[in-house]
Amino acid sequence: MNAQTTSAAFNPQEVLRAQVRWRALEIVFWVATLAPFVLTPNYLVLCSQIAIAALFALSLDLLVGYSGIVSLGHAVFFGVGAYSAGLIAKNGWGEPISGLILASVIAAAFGYFISFIMVRISHFALIMVTVGLCLLVGEIANNFHDITGGDDGLQGVKMWPIFGMYKFDIFGRTAYVYALIATFLSFLAVRRVVNSPFGLSLRGMRENQRRMPAIGAPMKKRLQVVYVISACFAGLAGALSAQTTQFVALDALSFQRSAEVLVMLILGGAGRLYGGLIGAAIFMVARDQLADMNPQYWYFWLGLLLVIVIIFLPNGILGGLAALIDRLRSRRS
Amino acid sequence: MTEIALSTSGLNKNFGSLVVAGDISISLPRGARYALIGPNGAGKTTLINLMTGMLAPDSGKIVLGNDDITAVPPDGRVKRGLVRTFQINTLFPNLSPLEAVTLAVCERRGEAGVWWKSLPSYKEAADEAYAVLSTLRLGDVCERPTKQLAYGQQRLLEIAIALASKPKVLLLDEPAAGVPKEESGELFAAVADIASDISVLFIEHDMEVVFRFASRIIVMVSGRILVEGTPDEISSNEKVREVYLGSGHG
Repeated sequence: MNAQTTSAAFNPQEVLRAQVRWRALEIVFWVATLAPFVLTPNYLVLCSQIAIAALFALSLDLLVGYSGIVSLGHAVFFGVGAYSAGLIAKNGWGEPISGLILASVIAAAFGYFISFIMVRISHFALIMVTVGLCLLVGEIANNFHDITGGDDGLQGVKMWPIFGMYKFDIFGRTAYVYALIATFLSFLAVRRVVNSPFGLSLRGMRENQRRMPAIGAPMKKRLQVVYVISACFAGLAGALSAQTTQFVALDALSFQRSAEVLVMLILGGAGRLYGGLIGAAIFMVARDQLADMNPQYWYFWLGLLLVIVIIFLPNGILGGLAALIDRLRSRRS
Repeated sequence: MTEIALSTSGLNKNFGSLVVAGDISISLPRGARYALIGPNGAGKTTLINLMTGMLAPDSGKIVLGNDDITAVPPDGRVKRGLVRTFQINTLFPNLSPLEAVTLAVCERRGEAGVWWKSLPSYKEAADEAYAVLSTLRLGDVCERPTKQLAYGQQRLLEIAIALASKPKVLLLDEPAAGVPKEESGELFAAVADIASDISVLFIEHDMEVVFRFASRIIVMVSGRILVEGTPDEISSNEKVREVYLGSGHG
């Protein structure tokens, strides 16, 4: 490739296009998401939860991996989406798809509102504010017991069948199909966002906050837009969770959920689109298996896994794999 | 007669009791090549920070073309054509030069906020970025991550990114900082090739380079302008010799 690209016929557009082209491994990945229907049909409920967690981690990747903004309160958007979807269904509109869209729009609007505070601060202050905001909204939900059910969770969420045909069954078949399609479509959208000029400017902000104004970039405006997009997809994940389980617990807004999604993303590798997806799958499967073996101590094993991954693969599992492939390739050539 | 591209009048900035800019009034004509010299801590970089809006002056006025830009934020000044480079590499380590310059081109064309279209569909931006990189002899390395580039190439990329903003006025903060003397010629050859309608103000310590490339020289000491003049006037100025050039020079 190198020998040709440096010739007179060098085409910069092609170079940029090569970076956004679909790779064979990506297609393999998405085909593999269908495997549970055949291989592990008893685990479809878990699979739908993985798809939801993956979408949630993907939405966080836009902030952490692409824009270089740390958030320890991302559950606030997940929770707003979950309660919105739950309340819409509980109050008489159980149609899933319109409820899903409406809930993510509400989460996006909430993200827009929040973004005015977020773009004013950075670093540790930002981390603290994201944590604080998540706790604050969680406590508000707890207090409005009449609306949210508080500690007892939001009960009585009744979803109508999708297209009036496919009921949410106890085996999670409909739930997984529904969550998988929503996650895949969201992934396509996020993939387009990160491969757009806007996505490049996000990476520019991550790489150098000082240079961006010097090339004429309105950083605050860009950050506001990415907050809205990220909140929208986090809310969509929350809404999926509410709809597929027909229940919303207060922990949708918890600090723990915020921390877990960050762990998933870092485990898989931030800033690579697939890192959050793979991290979510590993996290959720590990929790399921380890909790079966020893429900009390599963966090011990998770902690161990995290420490090992961070020490040996500072850029996450995908970052480690990418480095390995690079090394093998350069040895061959 | 000459058209003024950038001027400051009575620019003041204090850090506590320290005067970092005292009553700075400069006029930079269109297409001029001015050098800004002075000992370390004279306030040269501070002046660039003030001009580009990265620092707010305590008082004074900055005019670009016919517009008072004193209250315009940094990114707005870049959009109007006032662009700078940095003394310490201020680049995007994990972006390739092609991406970095394409980003700057997209920002200038107002396309960098577009999130619904794919970057490769902006063929003109990519072509323009590659053209800028080629003129600075960075075409061959434009696909590599910036952090893998040689230091001298990174200094050139500093300028390439600035040129992508199509400046009317370009402020170069020690473009050859840290580059060995034998290689700095190449860098300044690139500076000399900058289109003649762009006004350039550059900070530089190497007097040979300054005398070769500048049509006028501004000497700063302790936050104030000591003297301004042609290279001949500066080199024969007693005050400059005393304060700045020292007895060892020429």
